[in-house]
Amino acid sequence: MRRYFGRKLLIYGLTFFVAVTINWMIPRFMPGDPVASMLARANVTQPAAYEAMRSYYTGLFGLDQPIWQQYLNFWGRLLRGDFGTSIYLFPTPVSTVIKGAVPYSIGLVMPSVLLSWVVGNWAGAIAARRKVLDNTALPIGYVLTAMPHMWLGVLMAWGFGVILGWLPIAGGYSFSMRPSLTWAFAWDLVVHWFLPFLSLFLIALGGWAIGMRNMIIYELESDYSNYLSALGAPQRLIRRYAFRNAVLPQITGLALQLGVIVAGALVTEIVFSYPGLGSLILNAIKNKDFFLIQGAFLFIVLGVLIANFIIDIVYVVVDPRTRAGMVAGT
Amino acid sequence: MRNRLRVLIPVVAVGLVVTACSSGGTPASSQPAQPNTAQPPAAANGEFPRNETLYTSGTQWGPPANMNPIREWDSATGIKGLVYETLFHYDTVNLKLVPWLAESGSWTDDKTYTLKIRQGIKWSDGQPFTAKDVKLTFDLGKMKTIPYHNIWDWLTDIKAVDDTTVTFTFSTPNYQEWDFQLYSRAIVPEHLWGSMTEDQVLNGVNDNPVGTGAYKFVSKDQDRVAYQRRDDWWGKTVLNMDPKPKYIVDIVNSSNEVAMGLLLQKGMDLSNNFLPGAANLVKGNFGISTYYPEPPYMLSANTAWLVPNNTKKPLSDPAFRRALATSIDTKQIVEGVYGNLVKAASPTGLLPQWDQFVDQSVISKYGFAFDTEKAKKMLSDAGYKDTDGDGMVENKDGSKLNLSLIVPSGWTDWMEAIRSISASAKKSGIQITPDFPDYNALVEKRGKGDFDLVINNERQLSNSPWTYYDYVFNMPVNKIQNTVNFARYENEKGWKLVQELDNTKTDDVAGMKSKLSQIEEIFLEDLPVIPLWYNGLWAQVSSGVWKNWPTGVGDTPKTPAVMWRNWMELGGFETLTTLQPAGT
Repeated sequence: MRRYFGRKLLIYGLTFFVAVTINWMIPRFMPGDPVASMLARANVTQPAAYEAMRSYYTGLFGLDQPIWQQYLNFWGRLLRGDFGTSIYLFPTPVSTVIKGAVPYSIGLVMPSVLLSWVVGNWAGAIAARRKVLDNTALPIGYVLTAMPHMWLGVLMAWGFGVILGWLPIAGGYSFSMRPSLTWAFAWDLVVHWFLPFLSLFLIALGGWAIGMRNMIIYELESDYSNYLSALGAPQRLIRRYAFRNAVLPQITGLALQLGVIVAGALVTEIVFSYPGLGSLILNAIKNKDFFLIQGAFLFIVLGVLIANFIIDIVYVVVDPRTRAGMVAGT
Repeated sequence: MRNRLRVLIPVVAVGLVVTACSSGGTPASSQPAQPNTAQPPAAANGEFPRNETLYTSGTQWGPPANMNPIREWDSATGIKGLVYETLFHYDTVNLKLVPWLAESGSWTDDKTYTLKIRQGIKWSDGQPFTAKDVKLTFDLGKMKTIPYHNIWDWLTDIKAVDDTTVTFTFSTPNYQEWDFQLYSRAIVPEHLWGSMTEDQVLNGVNDNPVGTGAYKFVSKDQDRVAYQRRDDWWGKTVLNMDPKPKYIVDIVNSSNEVAMGLLLQKGMDLSNNFLPGAANLVKGNFGISTYYPEPPYMLSANTAWLVPNNTKKPLSDPAFRRALATSIDTKQIVEGVYGNLVKAASPTGLLPQWDQFVDQSVISKYGFAFDTEKAKKMLSDAGYKDTDGDGMVENKDGSKLNLSLIVPSGWTDWMEAIRSISASAKKSGIQITPDFPDYNALVEKRGKGDFDLVINNERQLSNSPWTYYDYVFNMPVNKIQNTVNFARYENEKGWKLVQELDNTKTDDVAGMKSKLSQIEEIFLEDLPVIPLWYNGLWAQVSSGVWKNWPTGVGDTPKTPAVMWRNWMELGGFETLTTLQPAGT
């Protein structure tokens, strides 16, 4: 088992290194100079003042050093936990910016991923057994899963927000509130969270339900199910075995889906102006804010890797065959 | 079973890592993003009551990053105007300076300006406001990286004669520009800013701003900034002004849909966003109005110019530029693209507020108007002919002529506008290809002069047309042109006239007119940049909570309803004082 996790950790370590390096590289290869655009906004007219500001800021952000030196500096600072200063939100440190946004993103992504997975699997498993349900659940599932995040988000904001007026369409909490530890504020948070959550949840739901339904049907037609049924085992028991087998690929699917979900959350957050990482990343890219892009993506990479690692562990728990393999290996 | 427990070890390990990562002060999700400053006195129970709060939007494009009034370009909305104040305001209706922190100011001789400031004004920390604060604010400009550093090219000395008198001595008295400075510079307190280093002045966050203004900063978050009224503000008695909203919450722009949704839900009172189709909002029964109930709906705020790169052939040829201007159907942009939300610009480009300075005789002699046939003739007269028979004219040397016209990607109204320009120029035989680079890429190209044609609206309404012609004629042309003369146009005579205009006293209207008429003549003859339309002072207001908004009709205030940067001094603040709660 040590070897199993050792290998996994090594792979995660490598992935982390490569992903973070790519994160560092991509913004630097985009056209445009972040300091130039910052100064363009600053309305500096005089050439002397412009030069003074340009060299000052270029030095401040360390952009005057050779590219390899910048790369080494980047790792050095990263290991000390220093993400640098945001260019676009100058002079706020990147860590402060991200800290403010991350709770919203986690609060949105985690429940929608987990709940849609649980509910989707459950709905798919039921649909696989009942003709009527199958005929309705399947098309609905297909429509949901094919729906672009942005489109569903706009539809829901328009329907529930503007037409019905039940729910707010923007922000993390009311513009009339200030964060406080009160029930009123907590409720306000929930109300603002609900629509973005629901749109993420619904889109993910369809995919899980379809996957589960197909897997269950496949398992129910496999040899062991037929054999059990020939032995006279009750349908309930057979279905339970089928479910346990069918859920395994779904767990792997969850790991694979995480990256996609993060992207979906990004779009959803922008549609609802939810103050998570999404709009931050969009603006950071627009403004070529190297440091904020790095910081935000670093967080996403870490999140996806940790989630995958957890799923690896869960896999070991739920699938006895992995454990058997590990024992034989050691 | 043993195995089952062992596999839990990594789970625990990961859990520990996660908590370790998040223990660094990350707020729990129920308690997001506290402002990282010491909390100023909070609004009662942390809420802003709807009937006492003004919700605005349309200025900030990102989280409020700092409260530093020196960083006029990215400080939080309202820092200058609500918290920090200027010496004067500028009245855009009567076109005159209005004393604000200053009591009066005058030129005591040709090169000396004497300023009297008001007595009895206090900073929000209780310290008195004195002449020293004024001196310090302008002295900060001596630092090279401070945006108004260039005033020290023509300003030589400032003296705080006594507590209420400041004298400014100039080497070159740029009267027009000086008036602009007087209402543009936010005055900062000497007792706090006097000891700061250049780095602190330029890059300080200024978490706890101490100003003289009618509001104090309360809180900010990623998507908003909030202010609370100071009931001991000096202007209440001295100016007899009373800003009605107790709280002002400015919401960061996200998208047109959100801005429109908030307006419709009555969650926002003033939207300074450009909302496509705002005309329908006004006509429909939504309780939303604009300055005018009919076209152009909005006041004019600035001019959108078509900027040709004067260093590139054939755009370096005035005859070609004039033909190009004649080939563009601006009416189609105004009606088709904007739905009459904007007005077509005067051939001089000067805003309607400056009508008195437009010399009609010069326009009738040199002005241009859309006329496809005339444009064709102008092109062939100037030697641009279609030699290969594809319907498009070629360069004089016979090579293909294809100009690229750029606007930032995502600026949908401008994107539509340049498609329209391209189509109408094509009819006259000029091939123009619209292109939409990313905003930062565009800024870089524009600065370096690496473009053919670009649309720009840098300069806003101000106290003098000088700011406009400074934008057009400013010389010398540098390697990087950051805010002015993107066209890289060089005309010694024109630039000299612009400087002479700057040195004309602001009360010498006849003198200004004579200089302007000469400048307009050069401008229209050469047409270094082509004025297209006036961008509006976008302002959609909802009268659900606040009423008595400014309008162009009837007995309502005439000041603009606007929170944009540098506009609070142009009447934006005054509008706050004439609002009334809708309930009364």
